Amino acid sequence: MNFNGSLPLLVLASSLVPGMIIFFLPESRIRLRTTLNLAGAVLKLLLIGYMLWGVQHDQSYVFRYDVLPGLELIFKADALALLFVTLSAALWFLTTLYAVGYLEGSPHRSRFFGFFSFCVTATVGVAMASNLFTFFIFYELLTLSTYPLIVHRGTEAAIRAGNVYLAYTFTGGAVLLTGIVWLYGLLGQVEFTHGGVAAILGSEHTAQLQVIFLLLIAGLGVKAALVPLHGWLPQAMIAPAPVSALLHAVAVVKAGAFGIIRVVYEVYGIEFVQTLNLLMPLAVVAAITIIWGSLRALWQDDLKRCLAYSTVSQVSYIILGVALFGPTGTIGGVVHLVHQGIMKITLFFCAGNYAETLDVHKIIEMNGAGRRMPWTSIAFSVAAFGMIGAPLTAGYISKLYLSQGAEMVGMAWANWVLTASSLLNAAYFLPILYRLWFENQPQMWLHERIHVRGRWETHRLLLMPPLITAAATLAAGIFADTGWSPLFWVKLIAEVEFTVK
Amino acid sequence: MFDPIPWLILLPLAWGCLAFLAGVGRGGRLAFAGLIIQLALTIVLARQIAMEGARHYAVGGWGAPLGIDLYVDGLTGVMLLLIHVVTLPLVVYARAYFSCQAEGVGYFWPLTLFLLAAMNALFMSADIFNIYVTLELLSLAAVGLVAAAGSAGPIAAAVRYLLVTLLGSGAYLMGVALLYGTYGSVSLTVLGPLLAATEISAAVFLAAMLMLTGLLLKTALFPFHFWLPPAHGSAPAPVSALLSALVIKASFYLILRLWFDLFAPLVTIPVAQLLGGLGAAAILWGSVLAFMQVRLKMLVAYSTVAQIGYLFLLFPLMMLPIPEAAESALQGGMMQLVAHALAKAAMFAAAGVMVLSAGKDDIALLSGMSSHLPLTLFAFALAGVTLMGLPPSGGFIAKWLLISSAVNGGQWGWVAVMILGGLLSAAYVFKVLCQAFLPPVAGVKFKPVRRVLEWPAFLLALISLLLGFRSGEILSLLGGG
Repeated sequence: MNFNGSLPLLVLASSLVPGMIIFFLPESRIRLRTTLNLAGAVLKLLLIGYMLWGVQHDQSYVFRYDVLPGLELIFKADALALLFVTLSAALWFLTTLYAVGYLEGSPHRSRFFGFFSFCVTATVGVAMASNLFTFFIFYELLTLSTYPLIVHRGTEAAIRAGNVYLAYTFTGGAVLLTGIVWLYGLLGQVEFTHGGVAAILGSEHTAQLQVIFLLLIAGLGVKAALVPLHGWLPQAMIAPAPVSALLHAVAVVKAGAFGIIRVVYEVYGIEFVQTLNLLMPLAVVAAITIIWGSLRALWQDDLKRCLAYSTVSQVSYIILGVALFGPTGTIGGVVHLVHQGIMKITLFFCAGNYAETLDVHKIIEMNGAGRRMPWTSIAFSVAAFGMIGAPLTAGYISKLYLSQGAEMVGMAWANWVLTASSLLNAAYFLPILYRLWFENQPQMWLHERIHVRGRWETHRLLLMPPLITAAATLAAGIFADTGWSPLFWVKLIAEVEFTVK
Repeated sequence: MFDPIPWLILLPLAWGCLAFLAGVGRGGRLAFAGLIIQLALTIVLARQIAMEGARHYAVGGWGAPLGIDLYVDGLTGVMLLLIHVVTLPLVVYARAYFSCQAEGVGYFWPLTLFLLAAMNALFMSADIFNIYVTLELLSLAAVGLVAAAGSAGPIAAAVRYLLVTLLGSGAYLMGVALLYGTYGSVSLTVLGPLLAATEISAAVFLAAMLMLTGLLLKTALFPFHFWLPPAHGSAPAPVSALLSALVIKASFYLILRLWFDLFAPLVTIPVAQLLGGLGAAAILWGSVLAFMQVRLKMLVAYSTVAQIGYLFLLFPLMMLPIPEAAESALQGGMMQLVAHALAKAAMFAAAGVMVLSAGKDDIALLSGMSSHLPLTLFAFALAGVTLMGLPPSGGFIAKWLLISSAVNGGQWGWVAVMILGGLLSAAYVFKVLCQAFLPPVAGVKFKPVRRVLEWPAFLLALISLLLGFRSGEILSLLGGG
């Protein structure tokens, strides 16, 4: 095996191996555990940085292993994979820092960080998987490794949320498996290919391919929280804040959305999906999800629940972008994979900060929290404006491309959906911002857990990550035209997907 | 060339006799050393089979029809490897287990070694009468192991097990007698072509039915599963692990052998469909019952009832007219057999540790187990991953192969059963895991257990999980013979 071939494996190992060691560390070895975690995260980032450079210089990084004849395990770090891998690795690094601060002094940290590392390994595997078989393996591993994180607190409510999560994701997994096996039966072993491969089957298979597409999207749609398969997501917010952050920004929902991108562009091929008359229904489902999620978010009084419904809505921007039949829409959708990640993780970090520092969970309790915790609140405000799609933020770029994409293919109704969603986003985020900054703060915070320490409004490790991601939200918006922005990378991907044919 | 075949039967017999002479409760170290030697022999044999293919061995230089013929092929190689890989960690486990809980050790060691000798002989037998003898020896050793626990519950279960297993062997023996009466031979190699060449008489039909039914009874296929949960659930944990992982596989192996080598001319699609239907019923009903259990070991035992069902889906799928579908069905079935053996041994071993620590076999008492015995619970969960058929386990490869066979053949009913079965098994596995994640009930004290008790289960579970990556080797050995 050459060096380039082993790189994808090294990327997986950089979180898998620390995870396995961490499991067997006693609780008290905090320093060693943190070192291992961070060393793994930094190593992963370095490896990815090298591969990013390599892919731009026409290197390819492929690893193959024959499980059975005709059943191959393939990892390939192509441009699309690297987009998702980079996002996961960067946010994993920040979330690990955050989690170290968040879980200080709480029990079962070895177990937590062990599964945390597994979870990232599974996400990276999902990203680099280069056929559906490999994809499915890591997709299911992701379910298994996130379950212990969701039930981490061990309360009745956590266990119940865990059961709901499993019921949804296992059923989705089973549906997905059926679809994948069926497709393997028709097509044999196929790799993800730009422009798709399913089109080679003759027209006598049209009906079958339509059903398979439905199975695949339904299976993936559970994790991507497409309405009506989204029920688990608001429940799962019972998990500790770093887990919610990772779940909503990179790991689970993104794995679903990413899978849909792979299926549409690289298994079926966007043009073939269009000829099968399946793109329009997908767009409609995405549109319904966008509106429904935003509407539900309006009625929530719990901050994390509100954010969870907001995720339901925002992830479907990606799907809508995919379903818009044109390169501009694709750019908007795929770039939102990254943009939504950094914005949503900021919001969850901040929600965790309010909860940990002031014991504030409900939206009505947030009055005046901006004075007590200005930095956290600034980060929260930036991300909230990003979600609304205000200029200079990452969200603006996504929405710009999405609406242009809709315009170009003559789907004006999609623009109305986007506008309505922006208004709804504003309707639930602006009141929160108003409370934060303009309401009077209470005489004293009733359950203040972490007191002001000098210049720091809360634990340092809790404050740094949201500030960094909030800055990234602005940077991705302001410097969108430079060669280092997510947008630039996504444009490369879109070019490839649309010019092959 | 050194030939390991006779030694694989003689050595465990010799160890068993020595252990018996050593006295009650003794012989653990001997079994451990003996098993390492046997595992080495098995590996040598498997390599020989892989390189040179199937072969006969004439005991004492006297082959059939005068003497006894032994026969090894790829299927034998897989089975022999499997039982030794499963038994070796269980021996370590059993030594530690019985040092914590002396009750039930009795003649565990000699009986286990006789059990191994019987299984080795069974897998290598080439005639249906020898198979009967080894089957009987196997059953008696197994019944003895169940009864060794000594208290009333296990004794009742053991007596029921004894009656069922005698009935099964009896039916099988009658079949053998009928075949011998018709054709004048008991050798599989002679009988196979004879059956294919001649008109099938009513007596032969009856023989096939008797033999098949007897073996189904021993394999505990639904609706013959009633004896299994009490017998496996009440025996000491190392015994449960041996029985659930290996002993029922021996009779399944025979069904497979007879089905293809002997009764191939009699086999019809309706019969295969019937076996598949019973398998499907076993999967669904066994899983539902497993979920409803309040005792941990009973839950694991009912899970065995369900998992056996997957093995029988192989028969209708093998009848499919598409060669690739039939091939992947057989491969999937064998992977399921191997993966289930490893995972079930791990699961019973882990359950045994948890029961030992909680003091009583009750799922409700498992609250807090996740912080008390994390490694054991992890082993249980990993074994559960295999049973659920989730990647990257051997169980996943098995289900992938079986489902793709069914999909290719357009058999959507079997696909639905397998998918549903996977979800149901998730329900009962997570029933245990959820309970273990709850905070400990106030006032309940867990007994500390020795670390050496935790590792064998973990090792077995890990092998069953990573098996998926090495399934190519297993299947090529299977096809090589």
